[in-house]
Amino acid sequence: MNVLVYLVPVALMLGLTGLVAFLWSLKSGQYDDLDGAAVRILPDDDIPSS
Amino acid sequence: MTETLDLSMFVEPGDAGASHMTLAVEGVACAGCIRKIESGLTKLPGIIDARLNFTQRRLAVDWRNDEIDAARIIEAIEGIGYHAHPFAPERADADESAQAKWLLKCLAVAGFAAMNVMLLSISVWAGNGSDMTQETRDLFHWLSALIALPAVAYAGQPFFQSAFRALRMRQVNMDVPIAIGVSLALGLSVYETAIHATHAYFDSAIMLLFFLLIGRYLDLAMRRKTRVFAGNLASIKAEFAHRLDASGELTQVPIAALYPSDRVLVRAGERVPADGTVINGSSEIDESLVTGETLYRPVRAGTTIYAGSINVSGVLTVWVTAVGAGTLVEEVERLLDKATAARSQTVRLADRAARLYAPLVHTTAALTAIGWLIAGAGIHDSIVIAIAVLIITCPCAIALAIPAVQVVAAGALFRSGVILNGGDAIERLAEADTIVFDKTGTLTLPEPRVDQTIAVDPGMLDRAARLALSSRHPLATALARVARERSPYPGAVEEPGQGVRAIIDGHEARLGSAKFCGVAEDAHPARGTDASFITFAHDGKAATIAIRQTLRPDAVAVSKALREHGLDLVVLSGDRPAAVAPVAQQLGIEHWRAGLTPTEKISNIELLKSQGHRVLMVGDGLNDAPALAAAHVSLSPITAARLTQAQADALFLGEQLKPVLNAVLISRRARALMKQNLALAAIYNAFAVPLAIAGLVTPLIAAIAMSGSSLLVTVNALRARLRPGFGP
Repeated sequence: MNVLVYLVPVALMLGLTGLVAFLWSLKSGQYDDLDGAAVRILPDDDIPSS
Repeated sequence: MTETLDLSMFVEPGDAGASHMTLAVEGVACAGCIRKIESGLTKLPGIIDARLNFTQRRLAVDWRNDEIDAARIIEAIEGIGYHAHPFAPERADADESAQAKWLLKCLAVAGFAAMNVMLLSISVWAGNGSDMTQETRDLFHWLSALIALPAVAYAGQPFFQSAFRALRMRQVNMDVPIAIGVSLALGLSVYETAIHATHAYFDSAIMLLFFLLIGRYLDLAMRRKTRVFAGNLASIKAEFAHRLDASGELTQVPIAALYPSDRVLVRAGERVPADGTVINGSSEIDESLVTGETLYRPVRAGTTIYAGSINVSGVLTVWVTAVGAGTLVEEVERLLDKATAARSQTVRLADRAARLYAPLVHTTAALTAIGWLIAGAGIHDSIVIAIAVLIITCPCAIALAIPAVQVVAAGALFRSGVILNGGDAIERLAEADTIVFDKTGTLTLPEPRVDQTIAVDPGMLDRAARLALSSRHPLATALARVARERSPYPGAVEEPGQGVRAIIDGHEARLGSAKFCGVAEDAHPARGTDASFITFAHDGKAATIAIRQTLRPDAVAVSKALREHGLDLVVLSGDRPAAVAPVAQQLGIEHWRAGLTPTEKISNIELLKSQGHRVLMVGDGLNDAPALAAAHVSLSPITAARLTQAQADALFLGEQLKPVLNAVLISRRARALMKQNLALAAIYNAFAVPLAIAGLVTPLIAAIAMSGSSLLVTVNALRARLRPGFGP
């Protein structure tokens, strides 16, 4: 059972990383315009027209 | 005369000569629109940033004041091909989006904690059946406590705060048993862990919060969505007034920027922006939105006129006496205050359940503890079992049973064109057994239409309609709706108060009164009815076109369907009997009253109420506002006067009357589902509580029972989505 000494902290850290990532994405306004994000990838004006 | 546009009330000043404005944009439908608007704007000099929120259809623009101004930005968007309307951000809006973010954060924390605690709990449950040592189990319990305690302290705030508020007002709401249950479960678990016991309930407590937060968040998200939509509609509908400055210069300002003792100019065809007194000019005004009366009223200097009336012919200068929400016929205001005060506070289903539930659960838990003590079980065991009763009855299912249905039903209502003003309207809509309709603008379309039942030479009608595009007279506006060609005749001239003329195919054409057209009044079949007439003369021929209030296109079918669903229909109108009778007859409504004042409308509703009816009032005029407040529940079309909209429990969109039927049917279904869900929760408790009282509930059973019952009521709530079977 000694393996728990590092496995449990690793598991918790992984979970916390996910939580922090979510809070960061929330703070940076990534959920403010969900429909917009879905359609904004469609225009390809970053590709130079030939 | 050039006229400047003053938008300063919508502009927020930024740093260093920069400004910010939010606009509601119409017609944004695709990915291309976003790029067109954003790149089109950022190309302009002085624009710092333009970003379109596609979900909310709102555009945020930042610019430098010395290079461009708000009016030019709107013009530029107009040039790109979209209509943008400045949007005055409301405090409630900002509060709600801050709250939504907070709930989402709580939800994230609760989700993280629930998953990790569950990971540890499942190990413990598995280990209890095999060879887990006591030390490992204690370690896992302490780890669970380490995660669950701070997580509940953070994510439980919405419930703790709400419970505290209720208790301070000496009331009980659903959050009180939730807060007590969660706190006790955590306290007990920490104690049990400390004495090396087998069972701890950290997972139950945090999972409960996670489920409940999902419900809370969905509820708020739905309300926000309808609020954003309503806000956009309001700014699209927002009207501008022509304000006369002391120097006689004309400025176009939003109505919200008007103040008493301003002078405003109201041209023909425009809506009177605020209550006031005419100081110059004479005209006729259409007060159908104010009183329901469809005949025009002549006004001249000294006459008092009310916001919402339409100036029909001449140009008026008006001295503003009252603006904003204060703009109101005095009598209506007095009645409104009375009706609002008298409105019985209906107890919502959820609150009734909460009132019944909290004492029941707490008494059961106390009795259980006493019972086990008497049976000789020892203080510790008795308390553990009593707390298990509290946890198992944790109102997961009950607290989700009603909000879940409300969220789904509000979504279904939204899709069928009904926007709710308040959450409890669904329950009251479901209880309605009598519908009282106003006539003008509610059963009939808000604007008059060409009477198509009386034949007019199609060529003449086409030309008349196209010529009507050049006039702002309400009759001409109605006629212009049927124009096939949307461009006005070149060189058309409007003679104020008389009509329009233009040269068509080398001959003069005139549209207006029979006198203006130089012909005698003909014997039109509709003479003597409530129709108004407009004459068109061209190339020696003349035609008379009848224009009248017409019923909403589906009014007959909807009133039939409403009756089939057991609702009594009544018409209470402020208009003349001659105008109301044919409408009532066409719809097959036997009970109708005409020529009513706002007081009489209320007394009619009170009479219905005293006979035991639950009245749904549907109306749009200012004169309906007190009746809307007096009724059990109320609906308004989106074209209604602003004050009237504020009184209504819900608004409906579009030209059809069908949303009224949908509102009733969806609400009835939702109410049935709410009751069903409460019954499901009761059945769950009937099975789970005896187990808990018997002391047989382990944390594993609690986890399964709680999530199972929550899922069951949520899935059942989704059935409110299904549209009732009426129409396409």
